[in-house]
Parts: sequence; structure tokens; C-alpha cells
Amino acid sequence: MFNIVIVGVGGQGTLLASKILGQLAMNNGYDVRVSEVHGMSQRGGSVVTYVRISNDKPLYSSIVEQGQADVVLAFENLEAVRAIPYVKEGGTMIINTQEILPMPVINGLAKYPADCLERTRKACKTVEINAVEIAHECGTYKASNVVLLGVLAKTMPFPADEWKKAIEQCVKPRFLEVNLMAFDRGFNY
Amino acid sequence: MKQLMLGNEAIARGAYEAGVRVSSAYPGTPSTEINENIANYKEIYSEWAPNEKVAVEVALGAAVSGARSMACMKHVGLNVAADPFFTATYTGINAGMVVVVADDPGMHSSQNEQDTRLLARASHAPCLDPSNSQECKDFMKLAFELSEEYDTPVILRLTTRIAHARTLVEIGERVLPELREYKKDIRKYVSMPANMIGRHKVVEAREIRLAEDASTLPINRIEWADRKIGVITSGAAYNYVKEAMPEASVLKLGLAYPLPRKLIEEFAAGVETLYVIEDMEPFYEDAIKSWGIACSGKDKTGVQGELFMHKIDEKFNGAEPVGPMNTTDIPGRPPVLCPGCPHRGLYYVLGKLKLTVCSDIGCYTLGALPPLSGVDTCVCMGASIGMAHGMEKARGVDQAKRTVAVLGDSTFCHSGMTGLLNMAYNRSVGTVIIADNSITGMTGHQNNPANGKDIHGDPTTALDIVKLCEAMGVASVRIVDPFDLKETEKVLREEVARDGLSVVISRRPCALIIKQNNKPFVNDPDKCVGCGMCLKVGCPAIIKTETGVRIDPTQCVGCGMCGQLCHFGALHSAE
Repeated sequence: MFNIVIVGVGGQGTLLASKILGQLAMNNGYDVRVSEVHGMSQRGGSVVTYVRISNDKPLYSSIVEQGQADVVLAFENLEAVRAIPYVKEGGTMIINTQEILPMPVINGLAKYPADCLERTRKACKTVEINAVEIAHECGTYKASNVVLLGVLAKTMPFPADEWKKAIEQCVKPRFLEVNLMAFDRGFNY
Repeated sequence: MKQLMLGNEAIARGAYEAGVRVSSAYPGTPSTEINENIANYKEIYSEWAPNEKVAVEVALGAAVSGARSMACMKHVGLNVAADPFFTATYTGINAGMVVVVADDPGMHSSQNEQDTRLLARASHAPCLDPSNSQECKDFMKLAFELSEEYDTPVILRLTTRIAHARTLVEIGERVLPELREYKKDIRKYVSMPANMIGRHKVVEAREIRLAEDASTLPINRIEWADRKIGVITSGAAYNYVKEAMPEASVLKLGLAYPLPRKLIEEFAAGVETLYVIEDMEPFYEDAIKSWGIACSGKDKTGVQGELFMHKIDEKFNGAEPVGPMNTTDIPGRPPVLCPGCPHRGLYYVLGKLKLTVCSDIGCYTLGALPPLSGVDTCVCMGASIGMAHGMEKARGVDQAKRTVAVLGDSTFCHSGMTGLLNMAYNRSVGTVIIADNSITGMTGHQNNPANGKDIHGDPTTALDIVKLCEAMGVASVRIVDPFDLKETEKVLREEVARDGLSVVISRRPCALIIKQNNKPFVNDPDKCVGCGMCLKVGCPAIIKTETGVRIDPTQCVGCGMCGQLCHFGALHSAE
């Protein structure tokens, strides 16, 4: 059984990441539960997606709760801090080191914490990567989600070819090349 | 073949396989993707209706005429549709009819935590409650069979965690039943008192029969394990129970209403301690207790928010409580109006004029959040107009000149029109603002009767809002571009002062449906004095700094609203 939590800000492409993960697990004969957030919070709010896969224990709940995540994929530094309670003992946080300021900070009502990464490092094992920059180098910053999947791939029991197959099944053909390149960059990070 | 499907997608698949011919819906989180997926099946006629009442009436007409049909909505949509629905259970159907209703425990994207099972009981409709996408598909097919067997519309109730979870589904083929013969039957389909007195007896008899049959219905099943603890549960709660209490015996209810009394009595007799673990209201628990069976559950879980595995583990197994999920010492991230959103200009002007704003359900409800904080009330679809009118009639014309109703184009079509007609008819001098962004925004961009496109995006008749308002007798109807702050302010000042009813259409398409070609803006630090005027519109692209502001070029769409606010010419296009 493997529990993943994907956190970010509405519009960052977290849903595609969970879709690819679900496809990958299904292709490899795993049972899958993916829980998504739609509606109001998509408008620039915090978004959380859960992915659970298993080839041993039966799965029922589609939610990953506190202390249950093997890996958290955080698309943003502040959201990484918010997601710390999800990480289980010995679990890992993969962080796209991007800062997106929330409205209270934009308005000067609150400060964006300067120590997001330090706080996360103290709480759990981290892998930090500037996925936006790498994705930009591959052709579009929008592929940063797939760069992160490349990093995640190293912690999971599926060969790279299987990941690429799942990516091919989930992205539009004209974006495939960029995404495969983004995956490789993450995988070799 | 197995596919990973969203619960809502599986509902659509189930409808397809069950041979549904007609589907009508109004979008509403967490139900929207059902009809969006139905629209992908060419064999099914699908449509967006202006509201849920119409959707249920369309489905009922189709069913009575002999075709399997459905309507879909969020929980509060059933309130709108309650009128036809509560009598459709009396008239019965001909071919099968299913109403899919999605509840939202935890209020992820809703205004209340209403439990549809209570409305199922109130309307005497059978109600199914699936636990995963496979069950969504299977229960949908079963719902049509039950509907035809018991001659009643059936509710299939979802909750957010079922509707918006992807799990594996075994795909089947579409089986299309012949259209059933339509026979005129005045005593059944004409809801006059004399006829419905007879039908009420049919409803009662049917409900008793189904309640008896429910004990042998395979979707109500006992999973015997250790008999010290037995749990009666359904839907999403079943999933958490199975993970938190794997050793307990479980009675899983697939049919939430009517309840299988015999089966419940058998289960209760077979376990030492009986718990009832259910989302939202104590619907099963109250019924079971009323039969003199000792059980508990809601005293431990309460009725608010969602159940989770940890909560059940703590309340029923005595596990240590897990730490709080909320990290309180960091800034929150509330949803915001998008960069370039036309509603922003409108709310800025309303705030400047210090008007009382009766707002409504849609993206523009976000105008209630700081720094705009521009909403006084928001209750349900269309309530903006009725409430503004009520304020005027309670407090007089002066109040009307300080108050506006604000609602979107889709919300106006849904249930704003009758409210406006009421204002015209009852001599209001109020002002209604229709924030027309040419789309149903918050639910993810569905077409509606005012934008000239159908569910497939194909051209169709578009409502002429101006002509409609004029025909109702509105004294003044004007159109403004909310990006033009000066003009919007001028028009609003004139219209709230007018001694007659006015409608202002604040018209500009949603920033997410039109391609923004403009270059991002920049702030000239030599001209910026740090006054903070531009921050008043709450644009996510304008970021406060020590000395003034900077524009985030990845967020800015170059709408230029901030440039209109800057008295010093500091904000301008990057080129």
C-alpha cells in the first residue's frame, strides 16, 4: 500500500498529476483510490488531492489522513508546511520550491513565512526541486507537475517505462514530448 | 475492461448502460460532472436546464412518455425541485426515472449540510447510497429497475467523497429498453385531489412492500466478523468503518430508504454492541431507536462535518486523538476572484458607493472576502433579488436607494427572473445588477440560456436579458463594462438614485473563457508613492512590498483595472 498526498494552489496542475498516478497504478494491476477537490477552492485556494494504491491490503477510503502519507508532493512552499501533518514517520516531502503569495500576504495583512523549507526539513525528509524552472527549460512551465512525478518515481516500485506509458495515456499528444522530457529531468534529479 | 472513474463519471456510465434516453440537469458542485459526462454519450439526449425544478419536470415528462430518464443536481437543488418531485412520487412514472442528488458534508463548496435522505423519506422516494465508483454504476442500473418495479422516481444520493473520488469500474454494454407505450391515464397523472387521494394509498402500499423487500435486496448486506461490535453504515462512512474497525461485523446499507427492518433486527440480535455510523443526520439511528433497538453513534460523531477513519478510530476504538490538521500559525489561502475577473471592478465600485449588497450564489460571492468585503447577504440561488426587495418594503424608498441585488447571468436564469417580476409588479424602485460573464463560472464553465450555446457548445437561442427586463416593466435597463470603473460608477449612481426599478447588466466574459492578449502591467517605482489604492481591488497579481507594490507577471493578465485606480500613473502596460 502506498499513500500520496498532492498539495498546491488551484490552477497548478495537481489534478493531472493524480490522474497519471492513478493510471500508472491501474496499468500495473493495483487497486486505486483518488480523491479530488472541485468547485470553490479551485479559484486560487489551497487544493489537496489524495492518491492511494495497493496490491496487498484492500482499499476502502479515498482519503489520506494525518500521519498516513508515504510521500507528499508539494507544489508550493507554504502548502508544504500546511501538509506536514500528513507525512507518516519516515515519509518524504517532495517540494517544488515555488512561492505563491496568498491574498492575506498580498494585502499586507500577513507575512509569508521565511522559514517554510526549514520547517518542513525539520519535520520530515525532503527533496527540494525548482520544478518550474526545469519545466520551463523543457518547453513549458506547465509541465512542472510531471517534473515532480519524475522525482516521485524514484521512491515507487514502477519502472520508468511504465510511468512514461501512463503519461502518454493522460496528456494530449502535442504536449507528450515536453512532458516526457520533464519526467526524465525529474527522474534524473 | 476496468477503468479508473470519478464517481460522477460512473453514474453517467451507469445511466448509459441502463439505456437512459433523456438527462436534464443544472450544474452544482459536487454533481456537475455527471451531466458533463452524459453529454459525451451521443445516444443520450442531454441538456442544461435553467434550474433543477425544470430538470426534474423534463425527466418526469420523458419517463411518463415511456423513456428511461434522469435529472442531476446538488443537494440544495432538490429543494428547488421539491415541488414536482414530491408529487412525482404520487403519480409514479412509466419508464424508470432517477434523480441523482449530491450532498456535501463538510461544505467543501456549499451553503449548508443538508441530508438528502431526509427528503427521500419526506417525499416517500426510495434512496440509494453508493460507497465507490463501481457501486455508483451498479446502483444506477439497479435504481432504474427499482423505479420501474415500484413505479416511483428513485433518488441516488452521493456525497462529495464518492462523487469526486476515482476508483476502478468494470465497464459493461448499453442495453436499451424499448420505449414503453404511453397511455393516457388521468387518474394517475393528473394531480387533482380526487385522483391523488387514491394515489396516496398506492404510495403507502408501495413503500411498505419495498421496505419488506429491502431485507433481501443484495445491496443491503451483512458482513459477519467478530460479533462483539456490529456497525450499521452506508456510503462514504462504510469506507472509513472498514478501515478503522476491520474486525467488526458490518451491515452495509445500499438502500438508505426505506430501511430493511427485518435485516436490521437480525443484525442487531447477532451482535453485543450496536453502533450506527453515518454521515450527517442520525437518519438510520433515529429510525432504529424508534423500533426499540439499543444503538448509538451520533452521540460520538456529532452531525457536523465529515467522518474520517481517524475520527471513528478515536470515538469508537478509543484510539489517541491525532493532532490537528490545521496549522494555525501560517497564513491561510482562501479562494479569490481570478486576475482579470470582471466581478472585481463591479465590487470595487459597489464598495466605493458604500451600498448594501444582497448578493447570490456564484463566483461573485467571493466579493465577500477581504479586501473587497462587498457582500451583505448570500443565501440561495436568486435570493439576492427577493431580499433586496424585502429590505425596501420594510425600510422604505431610502433603503432601496442604498441597496442593490447582485447575481450572475446563470443565477438570474435559474431563479432571479421571478424575483425581478415581483419587483416590477409590486412597484419597487430598487436596483438589480446582473453580473453577466457569459458562463456558469464557479461550477467549471457550463453554458446557460443567456449565452447562446447548448450543453455541447453548439449555437442556440440566447435569452435577450434587456428585452426580458423591459417586457417585465423595468423602468431602466443599462449595460456597463465593469472594467470601465468610471462609467460603472456613474451608471450605478444614477440608477440607485432613480425613482423607478432599474437593472444594470455588468457585462464582460469570465477571464478564464476569453484569451487575454494584453501584456502584463508593471509598477514604475519612481512614480509609485505606496498609497495602496491598487490593493483595494484584491487582485492576486498585485503584491504589497515595503515601498509600494510589484506586479507578478505570471499572474497578471493585463486587464488594466489597477491602472485606472492609480492617481500617479505608476501602473502601466509592460510594453
